[in-house]
Amino acid sequence: MRKQLYNVGAILKGLSITFKFMFAKRPTIEYPSVKKQHAPRFHGLHELRRYADGKERCIGCELCSSACPANAITVIGAENSPENRKSPGERHAARYEIDELRCIFCGMCEEACPTDAIVLTPRFEMADYRRGSFIYAKDRLLVPPEAGVGTPPDERPNGIPADLGSVAEVKSTIDITAGYGATHRGEILKTQRRGLAG
Amino acid sequence: MHVPDWIVILIKSAILLLVVVTTFAYAMLAERKVLGWMQLRPGPNRVGPWGLMQPAADAAKLILKEDLTPKTADPLIYRLAPFISLLTAFSVYAIIPFGADSSGAWAIGNVNAGILLLMAITSIGVYGISLGGWASGSKYPLLGSVRATAQMISYELGMSLSFIGVLILAGTTSLDGIVNAQAHQWFIIPQILGFLIYIITAVAETNRVPFDLVEAETELVAGFHTEYSGLRFGLFFIAEYVNMLTVSCIATLLFLGGWNAPFGLAIVPGVVWFIAKVSFFMFFYMWLRATLPRFRYDRLMAFGWKVLLPLATLNLVITAIIVALKG
Repeated sequence: MRKQLYNVGAILKGLSITFKFMFAKRPTIEYPSVKKQHAPRFHGLHELRRYADGKERCIGCELCSSACPANAITVIGAENSPENRKSPGERHAARYEIDELRCIFCGMCEEACPTDAIVLTPRFEMADYRRGSFIYAKDRLLVPPEAGVGTPPDERPNGIPADLGSVAEVKSTIDITAGYGATHRGEILKTQRRGLAG
Repeated sequence: MHVPDWIVILIKSAILLLVVVTTFAYAMLAERKVLGWMQLRPGPNRVGPWGLMQPAADAAKLILKEDLTPKTADPLIYRLAPFISLLTAFSVYAIIPFGADSSGAWAIGNVNAGILLLMAITSIGVYGISLGGWASGSKYPLLGSVRATAQMISYELGMSLSFIGVLILAGTTSLDGIVNAQAHQWFIIPQILGFLIYIITAVAETNRVPFDLVEAETELVAGFHTEYSGLRFGLFFIAEYVNMLTVSCIATLLFLGGWNAPFGLAIVPGVVWFIAKVSFFMFFYMWLRATLPRFRYDRLMAFGWKVLLPLATLNLVITAIIVALKG
């Protein structure tokens, strides 16, 4: 009987705990409408940056590709010609592709890069319907010329910098993506991959 | 112009049905909200402002889902069972009074043996569960329905005995008579033991946590309604919540003075008090669900027969002696 009475006390205590929790602060972040503040150097989607004059930083050296522990990066370099100079050096990246499904977002590419061309941005909303869509080529990695140099990763303020925006915005604003309709993207990437292999 | 009685009753029934179904819908939303809050979640809040359209979305989903009948099921009984549950759950409301004015209690039918009829109808409700589980032709529903039967028998006894204390004090079996007898003192005070027993058995009667052994999703998948899908599952679901509402109404009528205002606060109309009291009980159910784990099956039976039944009997005997001595 004594034991039973203890049980009654336990039930009442339990009830009081659940009642208190009803008014407790809830940790839920209601994600699509409210976004979490990330750490200042959060590793998200890559981008290829440019110099202030609009030239690409990437020199096609493939150091990122060899540093990548997940073999996610493919770089094919090419010579710059005097009439069509894409980067300040002798070479530039003709193709630069990152398979974001293989990528483990470790940031080794960022560290390996001698020209600070490849950096990890805090963007993380990359969801898509096709596997092929996760192979990001230069059309989506390279910042538009008007974006200038961007802020170097070490000097970023907390969270998502104002000049970066979300992936969705980037997809729609970068003019290089014009002609890559969402429905055809997978097919085009497939042919690109085939071209790389051949 | 004279309107025939049956038309009046039909209209009253339609209105009450609408009220009860709406109450069910929002009781379900409220439960999900309260459970959410108690578990540090926001609860449903995506459909409509504050999640208020969630019941409509759920209803649309259940209606559009496929209505499956297992090959091994007894098709007629399988299809009939949800309706038995629902019909009995709804028909109780024909005799539940929820307010009163000078012309009498507000109920569709004012039965003089109200409480007996009420117990008779609510007892039939278990047939829906038992038959549904039995006719599913599958092991988990069968176990669920066997449990339902055993649980009903064990807890109905304690429940009835807890009623009798109230009946002795009120000296009537009509529900509005019982409420009127509580005009000066609610029966929760002289019948505190009976009230506690009623609250516990009512949870068991409606198969709610911590006595939800009939469903017991961790052991029996979903118990008696494992095989049900779509609207038929929805009917069981409605029946469960309507039964919750029923036992809350009964607790209010028998122990909390029905529509009588507490502390002489008669400015607020009786119906409001009635709704407030019923809402408290509904909240209590959700609160219990967020707090207590499920009973083990043998403990449930032992608790019913060895604790609640003797206590209810004791309560009855003491009440009878006191009433007899007072003359």
